[in-house]
Amino acid sequence: MAVSIENASSRVRLSLGPILYQWPKEKMLDFYRTIESTPVDIVYLGETVCSKRRSFRYQDWIEVAERLQTAGKEVVLSTLALLEADSELGYVRKLCNNGRFTIEANDMAAVQMLAGNTRFVGGPSLNIYNPRTLGKLVSLGLTRWVMPVELSKSVLAGFQKEMPARIESEVFAWGRLPLAYSARCYTARAHEVSKDDCANCCVDYPDGLMLSTREDENFLVINGIQTQSASVQCLVHESNDSATGPNILRISPQSENTEHVISLFHQARSGSLKATEAAYKLERFSPVGLCDGYWYGEAGMAACGGAGGP
Amino acid sequence: MELVCPAGNLPSLKAAVDNGADAVYIGFKDETNARHFAGLNFNNKQIEQGLDYARTRGTKVYIAINTYPQPGSSAKWETAVDQAAEYGVDALIVADIGVMDYAAEKWPELRLHLSVQGSATSHEAIRFYAEQFGVQRAVAPRVLSVKQVASLVEHSPIPIEVFGFGSLCVMVEGRCYLSSYVTGQGPNTFGACSPASFVRWSETDSKLETRLNGVLIDRVNKDENAGYPTICKGRFKVNGKTSYAIEEPTSLNTLPILPDLLRIGVAAIKIEGRQRSPAYVATATKVLRAAIDSCIRDPEKFLPEHAWLSQLTSLSEGVQTTLGAYQREWQ
Repeated sequence: MAVSIENASSRVRLSLGPILYQWPKEKMLDFYRTIESTPVDIVYLGETVCSKRRSFRYQDWIEVAERLQTAGKEVVLSTLALLEADSELGYVRKLCNNGRFTIEANDMAAVQMLAGNTRFVGGPSLNIYNPRTLGKLVSLGLTRWVMPVELSKSVLAGFQKEMPARIESEVFAWGRLPLAYSARCYTARAHEVSKDDCANCCVDYPDGLMLSTREDENFLVINGIQTQSASVQCLVHESNDSATGPNILRISPQSENTEHVISLFHQARSGSLKATEAAYKLERFSPVGLCDGYWYGEAGMAACGGAGGP
Repeated sequence: MELVCPAGNLPSLKAAVDNGADAVYIGFKDETNARHFAGLNFNNKQIEQGLDYARTRGTKVYIAINTYPQPGSSAKWETAVDQAAEYGVDALIVADIGVMDYAAEKWPELRLHLSVQGSATSHEAIRFYAEQFGVQRAVAPRVLSVKQVASLVEHSPIPIEVFGFGSLCVMVEGRCYLSSYVTGQGPNTFGACSPASFVRWSETDSKLETRLNGVLIDRVNKDENAGYPTICKGRFKVNGKTSYAIEEPTSLNTLPILPDLLRIGVAAIKIEGRQRSPAYVATATKVLRAAIDSCIRDPEKFLPEHAWLSQLTSLSEGVQTTLGAYQREWQ
């Protein structure tokens, strides 16, 4: 895919979030090779869900980070959202001390390790719900934040009014929404084993394991210790830069067609495709349908089609 | 080891005090706390009466201000902090960084506890709150095994409080959006999980169905007990099989591991349930008081009495209890 990087300063930027699922190492390597030639501006790398997933070790991440950087991407290393074991803290510390790449802190432990020493990104699993909280984190080195997925467009506008202009805001614009984390692994539970005996069974579900209601409504997706929405949140309508909107749209990787999703978002932000047309074309890349209720201050599962209330 | 008990109203507060609570935790009648339910919590007059009742009997009172203000609404949380401080409560239970920043700046002498809704699961996260805001105690989310709690207690700069009994959140607290995904209202944004206004019970010929904002959470035979439709305790289909895919209706009960919690140096044990009745508070407090006293007298020989266990089980969701994440096999 040919890429042209033109007038990148004033328009909305695109980021690729961390892979939330467990994929085999070869698939991950292939995936990031494909990403090198896509028009995403920022790539977040790292395991954010479960420390038992080890397709990629520290050095593998660093090597992919270097390749993506050479390909012109801004690279950020993301940390685990739920920390329980001391070994997990040790790994987060190692990431924080990498000395080259910016860190996306997904838990306050990472913030504690970074605070006052180096600039960092506040990930979507940090509880930043009001400008005073954001201001405190900015004073400790935060330069960009990803809004918690349950907050709305009008909440973001409320932040933008009080936020220093240099602080970038990013929203979760494409993908199954991360909704919860637990000590328990639900993929292992579905296989009737405990987490300690999981045998990395989540590798069989490259987009998560569907949980439906007894009326066969696709409801949630199980992804190890994480629970996600079954529907894909789509905020392609926010591709046009505005004073109160997000600066960066995050696309969450899926096992197939991520490069096509990126391409459609890119066409929408470049103005070569109307957002409504992009949304229409994007729908076929969603496994079971779209939602965007959170963005309009409604139930997250609601589908407003990019046209919710005020 | 301090026993911290819930009170959603004045009769519950009295029940907790009378049955041996070392501390009682309460909330204001609004969305500044995580039990924002209709008819629950304290107005100013009730707080004054409660404080008077507890203080006369040597029991501490904590106020939970443990939800997350959004742009434009911080004043309500700040007023709550000011009121609690003016009452001279023994501690505030807080979750939001902005609220803590305000409290630490305006009321530097006011004792702060990190709420479970603050979602701090490691000593590094807790160190952040201790260093930045002078937080003096942290409540650990229900995601750690006993061994991990022991490590947390050992490395944390401040004392640790854990949950001892009550309804079980199986997701890490403070970062669960299941309720808001289905209803638009959740613990962080509204102060309640699965708000009652979205709950519907309906009958078919032979079944009873429970729904949350239209989503079928469970369906039981008419002679069975239908639980409250909390999403994580519903029955769903995964890989073609219908089951409690996340967790069964059950409550946490730590009596079997009380000597472990004592030995590893846990500072306080909390009972969940500000939304429950005064009778629940009385029984749970009485049992935990007796168990803790017995355990402190002779931890080596401690065994939970059968009567205690059956009383706690009768108070439990689904009339069954679990050790939850404290036990690795549960995970």
